[in-house]
Amino acid sequence: MDQIIVQVLNGLDKGSAYALIALGLTIIFGTLGVVNFAHGALFMMGAFCAVITSKILSVSHQVVDPTRSDFLGNPMQVDTFYVQDWFGMAAGQTIMDWAVPIAILFAIPVMIFVGFAMERGLIKHFYKRPHADQILVTFGLALVIGEIIKYFFGANPIQTPAPPAFTGSLDFGMILGYEAQTIMYPYWRLVYFFFSAFIIAGVFAFLQFTTFGMVVRAGMADRETVGLLGIDIDKRFTFMFGLAAAVAGVAGVMYAPIVAPNYFMGMDFLVLSFVVVVVGGMGSLPGAVAAGFLLGVLESFASMPAVIDLLPGINQIIIYLVAIIILLTRPRGLMGRKGVMEE
Amino acid sequence: MSKSNFTRRGVMKTGAIAGAALTLPTYLRADAHAGFTNAPGDSEVVLGFNVPQSGPYADEGADEIRAYELAVEHLNGGGDGGMLQTFTSNALDGTGILGREVKYVTGDTQTKSDAARASARSMIEKDGAVMVTGGSSSGVAVAVQALCQEAGIIFMAGLTHSNDTTGKDRKANGFRQFFNSYMTGAALAPVLAAQYGSDRKAYHLTADYNWGYTTEEAIRASTEAMGWETVNSVKTPLTQTDFSSYIAPVLNSGADVLVLNHYGGNMINSLTNAVQFGLRDAQANGKNFEIVVPLYSELMARGAGANIAGILGSQNWDWKIEDQLGAKYAGTNAFVRSFGTKYGFPPSQAAHTCYVQTLLYADAVQRAGSFAPCAVVEALEGFEFSGMGNGETLYRADDHQCFKDVLVVRGKENPENEFDLVEIVEVTPVEQVTYAPDHPQMGGAEASLGECNNGA
Repeated sequence: MDQIIVQVLNGLDKGSAYALIALGLTIIFGTLGVVNFAHGALFMMGAFCAVITSKILSVSHQVVDPTRSDFLGNPMQVDTFYVQDWFGMAAGQTIMDWAVPIAILFAIPVMIFVGFAMERGLIKHFYKRPHADQILVTFGLALVIGEIIKYFFGANPIQTPAPPAFTGSLDFGMILGYEAQTIMYPYWRLVYFFFSAFIIAGVFAFLQFTTFGMVVRAGMADRETVGLLGIDIDKRFTFMFGLAAAVAGVAGVMYAPIVAPNYFMGMDFLVLSFVVVVVGGMGSLPGAVAAGFLLGVLESFASMPAVIDLLPGINQIIIYLVAIIILLTRPRGLMGRKGVMEE
Repeated sequence: MSKSNFTRRGVMKTGAIAGAALTLPTYLRADAHAGFTNAPGDSEVVLGFNVPQSGPYADEGADEIRAYELAVEHLNGGGDGGMLQTFTSNALDGTGILGREVKYVTGDTQTKSDAARASARSMIEKDGAVMVTGGSSSGVAVAVQALCQEAGIIFMAGLTHSNDTTGKDRKANGFRQFFNSYMTGAALAPVLAAQYGSDRKAYHLTADYNWGYTTEEAIRASTEAMGWETVNSVKTPLTQTDFSSYIAPVLNSGADVLVLNHYGGNMINSLTNAVQFGLRDAQANGKNFEIVVPLYSELMARGAGANIAGILGSQNWDWKIEDQLGAKYAGTNAFVRSFGTKYGFPPSQAAHTCYVQTLLYADAVQRAGSFAPCAVVEALEGFEFSGMGNGETLYRADDHQCFKDVLVVRGKENPENEFDLVEIVEVTPVEQVTYAPDHPQMGGAEASLGECNNGA
């Protein structure tokens, strides 16, 4: 039982990431009708917003320490951080330690801008082109973004730790009455799960309870009629693209302490997130979220040693296997609407 | 009136034959007079540096290229000469190789076997490379080594740690200076037993590819011989980034040691996850829970950050070894000085092995008096040397594997700077890591080098 609880918990945080990316993908598809294969790259850019913030906060100047020598025997240049000069040692250290949460403030405007630039600069030229063209151009864009990130940050993952207050693990088993250290769960993953739930709820509330959201939903249902009412739906959809980019971005920022960011992480998530969108049902926001969590949990269970012993290799194919089964039994996915991508 | 002898059929036949001849790989036609592939001219010789310039090991590749450029500079008489000053063979004098200036071409392996073979083939066929070297993956090394064997080119492996490179997939034209999985197991196991006791239960997470298998096999065999028990072993996909679902069951498995047979980004992420899940602070079977990373790399240690502190592993070489353990490891400081002055930071072990391999090849050609692969093979087989940073070293004739001391290292608790990430715990003497050429982990009695191939 304890192993089941552990894997459910693991699946929830993984599912949170899938759900956030799939949510953004679905928003873009539902509003603009574009299959955005660069969405994983937006997630990766968000993670690198955390890396950049961490680097900005750690900008230093060097002071020569004549009592120590470097690897060549020269007097050592010791890094002294500007934030510690300005705010004192302790406060400066705290600011550097909290780089990831601070990065959210940096990532939101950056990612909205990136989203606008992507949509206005490239993707709007492909609205009337076939989905295959959209996939090709956005996939190419994802590769370009990945290579740019690699050029500046290298190929190896870059550690971006969570604040010290969240680096330990919660003894979840003790809360449930198990022995100590039976079910350990990192604090930051809990934070990630609640953060994701908050963002998902925020996006749904925005679409459900604001006039802007209502117009967007109406546009998603019948774009032409909304346009005939004199509403510039394109502007709103462009904003939604920016919002989807920001959602992917903050998902990436908060994921940085869980998996050290590297230039390829977007691709890792992209394929899985597309499967999530298809399983959830193209264009269905609740479907994307539900499928994200479902597949995250199933993937975790498939990685249990007992399951791998029973079905070797199942951990590598489970998501695709489930996708096949769901699409065979429910061709539109879990919550897909009739007529979406069926023309 | 003249009559032409040309006929339409004749022209077509001649054209077809000429076309076929032109499309033949150069190594099947050119320089046949010299008796070997890509025999260099009188003024220069071309070496092929085949490294990952893109893909997950691009950082290692960049460090390898730096080392190769430095080696070429030193071979041509530039810079401060680096290890040429300390190498016990005095054949190299800074005038190139056999009086020819050393030039080089580079290729991108992308850490993919097919891409690596394609770039190596291009360097051999188009650029006339007489030797190919580099790489940061065992799959790539085995693939390129086989290609070089067919083409009649010497292959000096870069960073490749799988037993298979000089084990079951050994080739007469291939040579490896880097250590291997067996050596890691043999060096690490006694230290693990001394540090953590001989009554331990290990849980292996193993990258699902060739290197992972041989490393797990080596570590299991060595630790089980010391009295450890292996409670479970799980293969993890090479593309995995979040290892939480593999890490979470470890604490309740009865194990008290987690062995991460991972390298590169896999290692950084799995180690980070293990620390996040509290394994470093946990107790199991009444003991402190421990994590072991068999193959260390400075670049990986930098990526893992503070998570690496206190973790034991092994290395082929470390830039601090001569300072800490004395003149036996001469060559280290000369190399570090050259590299550090040129690039501003100390070299990685990937850089070291590539630099040394280039010098060893050049020295072998110089001693053999010929670039012919079989002459080079003869010069390298059984060659004993020192002054290259690893102490007394033997290039064993049976399998073309270098035998030398192996370093057991530990992640530093309080590193002084970003380069000072590991401390040397012990240097395992070469005798302890030496094995029979027909050892079962190395392909057994069936493993064979085959015949050296001069190509052409």
